[in-house]
Amino acid sequence: MGRIDNCFDRLKESGRKGLITYITAGDPDIDSTLEYMNVLVENGADIIEIGVPFSDPIADGPTIQRASERALNNGVDLNSIFELVGRFRRRNSETPIVLMGYLNPFEQKGFEKASIEAQKAGVDGFLVVDLPPEEATQINGYLSRANLSQIFLIAPNSSLSRVDLIKKLASGFVYFVSVKGVTGDKGIQMKEISENIEAAKGAVNIPIGIGFGIKKNEDAKAAAMSSDAVIVGSALIEIIEKSNDKSSCLSSLAAFVLGLRKSIDSVVK
Amino acid sequence: MLKNPSDGWQTTEYSLPDEKGHFGNYGGRFVSETLMGPLSELEKAYNSLIEDQKFIDRLRDDLTYFVGRPTPLYFAERLTEKCGGGRIFLKREDLNHTGAHKVNNTVGQALLAKKMGKTRIIAETGAGQHGVATATIAARMGMKCCIYMGSDDIKRQSPNVFRMKLLGAEVKAVDSGSKTLKDALNEALRDWVTNVDDTYYIIGTVAGPHPYPKIVRDFQAVIGQETKQQCLEQLGRMPDAVVACVGGGSNAIGIFHPFIAEKTVDLIGVEAGGFGISTGKHSAPLSAGSPGVLHGNRTYLMQDELGQINATHSVSAGLDYPGVGPEHAWLKDQGRVKYTTVDDKSALEAFDNMCLYEGIIPALETSHALAEAEHLAQHRSKNSIIVVNLSGRGDKDLFTVADIKGISL
Repeated sequence: MGRIDNCFDRLKESGRKGLITYITAGDPDIDSTLEYMNVLVENGADIIEIGVPFSDPIADGPTIQRASERALNNGVDLNSIFELVGRFRRRNSETPIVLMGYLNPFEQKGFEKASIEAQKAGVDGFLVVDLPPEEATQINGYLSRANLSQIFLIAPNSSLSRVDLIKKLASGFVYFVSVKGVTGDKGIQMKEISENIEAAKGAVNIPIGIGFGIKKNEDAKAAAMSSDAVIVGSALIEIIEKSNDKSSCLSSLAAFVLGLRKSIDSVVK
Repeated sequence: MLKNPSDGWQTTEYSLPDEKGHFGNYGGRFVSETLMGPLSELEKAYNSLIEDQKFIDRLRDDLTYFVGRPTPLYFAERLTEKCGGGRIFLKREDLNHTGAHKVNNTVGQALLAKKMGKTRIIAETGAGQHGVATATIAARMGMKCCIYMGSDDIKRQSPNVFRMKLLGAEVKAVDSGSKTLKDALNEALRDWVTNVDDTYYIIGTVAGPHPYPKIVRDFQAVIGQETKQQCLEQLGRMPDAVVACVGGGSNAIGIFHPFIAEKTVDLIGVEAGGFGISTGKHSAPLSAGSPGVLHGNRTYLMQDELGQINATHSVSAGLDYPGVGPEHAWLKDQGRVKYTTVDDKSALEAFDNMCLYEGIIPALETSHALAEAEHLAQHRSKNSIIVVNLSGRGDKDLFTVADIKGISL
């Protein structure tokens, strides 16, 4: 059992829903990212997604695009991200970490090598946004040999046959994209997607998280009611982007995550 | 596929891409999950449409009466004399309605969009030729149109921006990244993923996720089909060489494709050498890049060792792109097409030569192919035949060229 499975087991036992938080590595710098990760966990995040910056992030809205640009200007790459995760692991051996990014940086490093190094550093899974199951077979093999989960997206317009295809390769959890669009887009409309989520739940046998466009406590609560976990990213990046100094950033992040946690915990199974 | 190649816009002699959209190791469909369903739908719609005789008739009519095909194959007599070697012929795609080859594709894809029940069309554009061709066909079909264009390109191709607006399109400036074609493509993909229910994305080149490289190639192959037929009729034989410029590579694939099986015909693709390959400031992924994944397909890219996409440079906005169509990547590895580069300076000289010797103002993109053709002609015998795809006219480039010559208009 890996950290992700353990995490969802614990949540299930305690009758709670998960909170998954995303921040881009190296925005504004790697040391800050480490501090942010710790604050996210201290205030109730169950899983951390670390964004691997890419020059052409086609699935991301302007907020995460800007974060990626800042990170790339700081020279952040997979090696510095593995080092970051290693440092995080010295204090925290429990919280799962998922790297979320685009295929090309992984491919240039060599996917097999990246999987092995990531596992050694303490990473638990990869979510490669532009790698659909049709193109993922070989890479999925590298990941499983390194005991890493491959997290896949399921979209509101994914057919059941596609969900079946995803199910064959997915482990850890699946990420249900709440809107057709890019990250940080218009707010989440649970009514419109509830049927699709129910169908996906029936088809996959691993936990489902909902993300894209969750900005407020009410959104998080609504998403928690029909899923196993809630994923928040752009809203956190906005806090990081708007903060004038480190200490106010840390306290704003803490307060925001605590608010999400409480809203999610108000949903009892 | 159409059964009879003489029908004029498709070829049966070539079986790639495979069903997953691969050309060997290249191509494919590397997009986020939300686009996977719509891309399958597009593929199905396209495959059924090309079996539909009504569609084929309508497309042929549009190409004949709206676009003005066939375009002439024209002997560039004075330029040939100047070079003093092989005979240079020009495939006059600049004489198409809207002034470039781009419209061959937009006419076809717009019919496809209509058939699929879409009401809004989006496109990316670099030089603005594809944007104009898309805005044109959207106006004619009565569809809403939104064109994404890098803000740097908007500055250097202002006549085309105004043309698109006159045609009723909304032109959205893209300020992210390098503010050129690559970033316009990113933004168009983001729009498409958001508005996929009512929106059709007309990609302008043979790149992007499957089935786009195939669809665009099939619609552009009319260039090569006509060229082949014209060579046989006018010259009594196949050409010895066919030359075309390569950015994303649609005009090149269009003219090369029907010649790929003709092993005696040399095929030469010309990438933008910018300030020179050694400076790193160029747009030549096939000549100086390496394979990777961008914009939904695996192909040669200009990238750093970490897999981040490099900024590109070319005097021509239409070639200023860090990737290239996956079929070109495959043709390069197969050795069937030879890819070379021409720098800004040589392209500008060829631009001047075409104006002064033939009375044709070519696009700066096309001028790269012309420079290579002049060079080639000098090294070939007088009875050899070199065909250049004169992919577009240069009216859009007047301000850029004036600026370089230090003239203010």
